[in-house]
Amino acid sequence: MDILFSDTALPIVFAMLTALSLLLYAILDGFDLGVGILLPMSDEGQRDTAIASIGPFWDANETWLVLAVGLLLVAFPAAHSAILKAFYLPATIMLLALILRGVAFDFRAKVKPRRKRIWDYTFKIGSMLTAFTQGFMLGLYVMGLEYTLASVVFSIFSGFCVLAAYSLIGAAWLVMKTSGELQLSAISWSKKCGVLTAFGILVVCLVNPYVNASVLRIWTELPWAYFYAAIPLLCAFMFILGFLVLKRLPLADDAGASLPFYMVVIIFVCCFLGLSFSFYPYVVPGQLTLNEAASSPASLKIILIGSVFVLPFIGAYTVFSYYTFRGKAEQLRYY
Amino acid sequence: MFDVLLLSRIQFAANISFHILFPTITIALGWLLFYFKLRYQFSKHPVWMRAYRFWVKVFALSFAMGVVSGITMSFQFGTNWPGFMETIGNIAGPLLAYEVLTAFFLEATMLGIMLFGFHRVPAWVHTGATFLVAFGTTMSAFWILVLNSWMQTPAGFEMIDGVAHASDWMAIIFNPSFPYRFSHMLLASSLTVCFLVAGLSAYRIYRGDNKKAPRVALKTAIFSAMLIAPLQAFVGDLHGLNTLEHQPQKIAAMEGIWETQEGAPLVLFAVPDEESKTNKYAIEIPKLASLILTHSLDGELQGLNEFEGAHPPVAPVFYSFRVMVGIGMLMIAVAWWCGITLLRKKQLNKYQIWTLMSLSFAGWVATLAGWYVTEIGRQPYLVSGVLRTADAVTDIASGNVLLTFILYMSMYVVLLVVYVRTLFLMAKRAVDIEEYDLSPPGLPEGPRVKQARNNSTIGA
Repeated sequence: MDILFSDTALPIVFAMLTALSLLLYAILDGFDLGVGILLPMSDEGQRDTAIASIGPFWDANETWLVLAVGLLLVAFPAAHSAILKAFYLPATIMLLALILRGVAFDFRAKVKPRRKRIWDYTFKIGSMLTAFTQGFMLGLYVMGLEYTLASVVFSIFSGFCVLAAYSLIGAAWLVMKTSGELQLSAISWSKKCGVLTAFGILVVCLVNPYVNASVLRIWTELPWAYFYAAIPLLCAFMFILGFLVLKRLPLADDAGASLPFYMVVIIFVCCFLGLSFSFYPYVVPGQLTLNEAASSPASLKIILIGSVFVLPFIGAYTVFSYYTFRGKAEQLRYY
Repeated sequence: MFDVLLLSRIQFAANISFHILFPTITIALGWLLFYFKLRYQFSKHPVWMRAYRFWVKVFALSFAMGVVSGITMSFQFGTNWPGFMETIGNIAGPLLAYEVLTAFFLEATMLGIMLFGFHRVPAWVHTGATFLVAFGTTMSAFWILVLNSWMQTPAGFEMIDGVAHASDWMAIIFNPSFPYRFSHMLLASSLTVCFLVAGLSAYRIYRGDNKKAPRVALKTAIFSAMLIAPLQAFVGDLHGLNTLEHQPQKIAAMEGIWETQEGAPLVLFAVPDEESKTNKYAIEIPKLASLILTHSLDGELQGLNEFEGAHPPVAPVFYSFRVMVGIGMLMIAVAWWCGITLLRKKQLNKYQIWTLMSLSFAGWVATLAGWYVTEIGRQPYLVSGVLRTADAVTDIASGNVLLTFILYMSMYVVLLVVYVRTLFLMAKRAVDIEEYDLSPPGLPEGPRVKQARNNSTIGA
């Protein structure tokens, strides 16, 4: 325990906490954004079911973004300011989209029936815009937070990659949580989004080392290269396995319906680890390292003490919530 | 055209004004729902569950509005006010982190169970989830008011090379103005909810709703308001005395006292003029301000002249204060006017119903006005005596801030209109639901109501 609290370890511990929150955000809000992106506008019953499958979770899922940005703010204030100033416009668009999508979720069920469709569209477009702007910002981060023609083109591409990745995890979630026609559609969506996501990851893996010379060095330096090589291999293995499973779904008794979701989670973890290792120890690529950006050890300690106590509780009641709403999604009823 | 300081201030003010509307509702509404749920748990009387079901939907909508509008705050600290965290990050950081850790996750996760878990968890777990949601909203208010109070009356820190370092966390958390500000805000939230519940219930009765649930909710709200409204006036007075001790320049602006004087009059209304440093068209009661604030007819009150260049703009603080106090007085009067009728077991007359309907959102106006008094009243400082607002602002191009400000504002206006209309629409719809069947009172309500009969297989 003491080692966690030493002045030299604190920035790394907080970088890991921030990264963990971002990863949890990408997975958890990823699936509910993905469900929003895929919302079938042709069938109201399916829309109700799809939204019911994320109803009890989305509020808490979004909280991981607040925690991630909050941790960045309190642990690395200089990085928070540098990164978010570069993201000022895309981040504002993302926030507006998040707001629209969040309220659409509630309004759709409460407004006059003829207005429900408008809010469903708002939910869908808001989810798409949120995913796209997040991908755009990720791309800009990889490109060193500079607006040049090349970096904007890459960021737009990255926006579409994240759109595809969130759709993939959303589709896999629907395969797990629904049945019947919607599940069949979700299986087909999973395959298509899987192809797009795999292509996107491949392109980013090829472009990234060209842009950042240090990245190439990190990935090829022995002996760590052996360890790093495991990440893309595991990722590729999950894609292949996922396709084999999806080809056989749906099975009798709904066996294996949750497998694709867990495989996509592993893919998300691999991508995230890959990106994190590429940039360590920088928190702003090429400009600011973790240690340079960290705030005073005294206040980080105070936060860490709280986190050590509270995070297990957060984990426990999050698991409890997912356990309570396990199984296939049912129509939402406010009691 | 516009400078980035002014634009960033207006944008932050717009964002936080929009945001605070919803926590103001959810903080107290959470506890009201817990009360309804407890009454149901003990009496098994379906009317309490009816009230719970209607208001839990209002809670869900308000909570969603609060969550999504709150996320923008954590971004703007960095984008528009980098100097804030650079200077006091060591203090604000842990407070904000504790808010996220102890409140946000708790309320957001338990909300799912509270809204959709009634048939999936045992009754006591559902009641517990309702309690934890209410507790979470209050914890959130606790941490955010700690930070806000600290910015008003900083304590427990030392400045090293222009950066604040914490020296005593208990002194930071329980800083001099915190207890007053925290209780004032909790009571403000309670009054806002009392009048919202009374207003929407009155609207249902006005639309011909003869069921018991809106009447029970109305009574609960009015009887609570009878106690809370005068209590708020008392706490507000204590808060004012605390402000006089720690931020006399704010009091001088609130009362429109330009020159230090003994036996200062209470200015009921005036048009304060910054140029001539006088109040125009003033209606005053001699010596009353001194009496209220110093408890002596000839007590001396410091005027704005003592704080040249370091006092807030007078007019917005002066007017906002009068709006807040005016609505507060109106609330006391209306609560007792309607409350006495209800205590005599009589129906409210149409004037009372109409008054309550029109005051549905009065709490919002008073709460915003109160926040304007205290926040504008802290200017030109962001953190009293430690950091000036102008020194914390960003270097982003002002055109970008103008653009985002226009985007935020247009969305907020639309959402606010839709939110208010939706609440009234929900109330209107509730009018048409049939009364529950009272014949076997021991049974939990469920398949007997029209609304539930349509999908009675669900959640079984």
